[in-house]
Amino acid sequence: MAKTIIKAVGLSLIMASVLPMAQAADVPEGTRLHPVQELIKGNGGEPASLDPQKIEGTTGSAPSKDLFEGLVQQDDYGNVIPGQAESWSISEDNRVFTFHLRDGLKWSDGEPLTAHDFVFAWRRLVDPNTAARYAWYLEIATVANATDIILGKKSPAELGVRALDDRTFEVTLDKPVPYFVKMLGHQSTYPTPQHVVERLGDRWTRPGNMVSNGAYVLTDWVVNERIVMERNPLYWDDENTVINKVSYLAIESGNSELSRYRAGEIDLTSTGIPIEHYKSLKAERPDEVVTTPYLGAYYYEFNTKVPPFDDKRVRKALSLAVEREKITTYVLGQGQRPAFTFTPQSVSGYNPPEVEYANWTSEQRMAEAKRLMAEAGYGPDKPLTINLLYNTNENHKKIAVVISQLWKPLGVRVSLENQEWKTFLDTRNQGRFEMARAGWVGDYNDASTMLDILLSNHGQNKGQWHNAEYDRILNESRMIADDAERAKYYERAERIIVEEMPIIPVYEQVITRLKRPYVGGYPMNNVEDSIYTKNLYIIAH
Amino acid sequence: MFRFMVLRLAKAIPTLLILVTLSFFLMQAAPGSPFTGDFNLPPEVLANIEAKYHLDKPMWQQYLYYLGDLARGDLGPSFKYKDYTVNELVGQSFPISIKLGLVAFVFTVIFGAALGTVAALKQNSWIDYTVMSLAMVGVVLPSFVLAPVLVLIFSVKLGWFPAGGWHGGGWQYMVLPVAAMAILYMASIARIMRGSMIEVMHSPYIRTCHAKGLPMRHIIFKHALRPAMLPVVSYLGPAFVGIITGSVVIETVFGIPGIGQYFVNGALNRDYSLVLGLTILVGALTILFTAIVDIVYGLIDPRIRVES
Repeated sequence: MAKTIIKAVGLSLIMASVLPMAQAADVPEGTRLHPVQELIKGNGGEPASLDPQKIEGTTGSAPSKDLFEGLVQQDDYGNVIPGQAESWSISEDNRVFTFHLRDGLKWSDGEPLTAHDFVFAWRRLVDPNTAARYAWYLEIATVANATDIILGKKSPAELGVRALDDRTFEVTLDKPVPYFVKMLGHQSTYPTPQHVVERLGDRWTRPGNMVSNGAYVLTDWVVNERIVMERNPLYWDDENTVINKVSYLAIESGNSELSRYRAGEIDLTSTGIPIEHYKSLKAERPDEVVTTPYLGAYYYEFNTKVPPFDDKRVRKALSLAVEREKITTYVLGQGQRPAFTFTPQSVSGYNPPEVEYANWTSEQRMAEAKRLMAEAGYGPDKPLTINLLYNTNENHKKIAVVISQLWKPLGVRVSLENQEWKTFLDTRNQGRFEMARAGWVGDYNDASTMLDILLSNHGQNKGQWHNAEYDRILNESRMIADDAERAKYYERAERIIVEEMPIIPVYEQVITRLKRPYVGGYPMNNVEDSIYTKNLYIIAH
Repeated sequence: MFRFMVLRLAKAIPTLLILVTLSFFLMQAAPGSPFTGDFNLPPEVLANIEAKYHLDKPMWQQYLYYLGDLARGDLGPSFKYKDYTVNELVGQSFPISIKLGLVAFVFTVIFGAALGTVAALKQNSWIDYTVMSLAMVGVVLPSFVLAPVLVLIFSVKLGWFPAGGWHGGGWQYMVLPVAAMAILYMASIARIMRGSMIEVMHSPYIRTCHAKGLPMRHIIFKHALRPAMLPVVSYLGPAFVGIITGSVVIETVFGIPGIGQYFVNGALNRDYSLVLGLTILVGALTILFTAIVDIVYGLIDPRIRVES
């Protein structure tokens, strides 16, 4: 698995032939399959695009996993396994990655798929003319010249990727990125068919026009209603695919989706069972409510440039007083875990450190919090007032209300402020807040996807917390290829967060959805929620 | 008549221009941009995206670009739905809302007017009280309550109709959304119709009809219905535009890919071009149907011919 490759890198060039061949629908013996293999999934909304380089958000990434396939894919546990590439080798310095494509790969129109298609797609991703949001993905991977191309200083042809021959794709990075292969499950790195994109322009993603390389091909797309795909007979592993047709419904409202599931119109909902219905559903349909861990953190951030939040005693006191267990048990109750570190425990290759105060009783935490507040000069006689900002949403509101109650014993007075999503983002971006709700979901399965956003120069570090030691540790970690060794750096970084508390981690997110009992092969342990329809099957019912 | 229409439409152009201008600058004044996301893009990436949509240009220049495109009938690319232009999005979704709206409209007018008339003629009887109580329920019941209740009863519990979806507009997919839409408007029409019918029935010329010994049916259909329809017609003009441009609630609840959802989502996504396109569409339709109502008025009631 992924770890195998990265651990073995020190032995110079290795071939990844020890990896399991591929994930496909793994139907247990004796299972009777339904004669009609069709799946209807809720998609939680309309995707911004179906063009791999232009996709934004999960509404686009979910269908893209069926339509396209990148160099690698993930197994049911989120481990990296070969996709279009059957093997790869990594240079000793973790900077040059060479991928060997499978033999006989084809686009859905029968044209051969070559390493040149990957070169085309990656150049397209950073080309200023594409204006792709995810162009930054190749920047954080430090693919050679990516930033200069985005800045318009170099031509896309100078990107550090090349096709050594039709089946060999080579990537050169500026800096070592030990988890680079893990990053390639992301849709922005999927290949796109040059021969179609150049001929049809923006219209290439329409049904009838789209040529793809995944297990399914697009057959119908009604904006705001449905995206329908059928099996791609030219997909390299088509013989192991079971489901013939899959539809994604663009239903944004969780309640509407729930009604349609209840009416028998959906087999698998999008994530996020409405909290108010969760308990009754769990009682009513215990084997249909599935809850799986997710690589996402829910937290509050301090604007560390605004006093008194520049004082770590105040930050720590406020964090200590937030009894996460009350929130996860009474407000959410869907299996979310209380969070004391920023990186969720579900991340692969690293166990976030045990935090001492996590095991304290609430009295102990409150006593320490009061002590710290008094030390910082606040208490019942000199109460601290806080403006708590969140985006308009019932669940965020409930949590904010509970938190403000939990702070009461500290003599803290809270004013709650909610703003519409884009207004909220704008306010946060401009630093016009004291404390704000935040959430972050990892882009790839490595702790750096979380920890990086607290780097001093990171665009996501809205609380403007700067810590030189933290930056140094994370930058050094990039030089370490070995997962276990690198994990030690992550642990040190995490301990700095615990000590400095620039954020209050509240809980670790989970994926909750409704799944009909006859949908087989559902991955219960993929923390990035990567679901490939080709691995599922419909049991006779 | 022809001159009247031309004049009305000529007056519409400056009205629309004001509408476009106001919407353009108001939209831009909203905090955040189409490209504000939960992830802060690096400035170099953001700059390329803004350049693609001319957002790097000064505001007045963007405005002129937009007017230039608009003059050619081009509403521009959608900022949110990257694979489509606003013309395409409207072209796909508007016919769906029109189809749904027209069916709902026909039901609304026929049943609303009939119920109102019956209630008026049987004024203060149990029929009147029943119809008007139901109409009151229809008026006060918001669609976000009514629509899910219909789904709960007829889809989830009884399984008679699908809970949502459109599937090219199959009749079984239209029953519940049409019912939900029609009930809301029907209630208002029934109330207006009742009031105006009662008034007409008490007017002197109807008394004359009675005195002449005309049969009741004759009096209602020949003499009373037309003038009684007038307030309903003036209500119907704007209501018709509302009904065919879709309802965000109905479309969201039933998962109908109509144009109504875009009004809210477009604004929330700061999809400038989509919101402007919709504003122009609704503005133009409102002007058009208000003019049509004026003409219909003349046809129904010779006393207010448009030439006068």
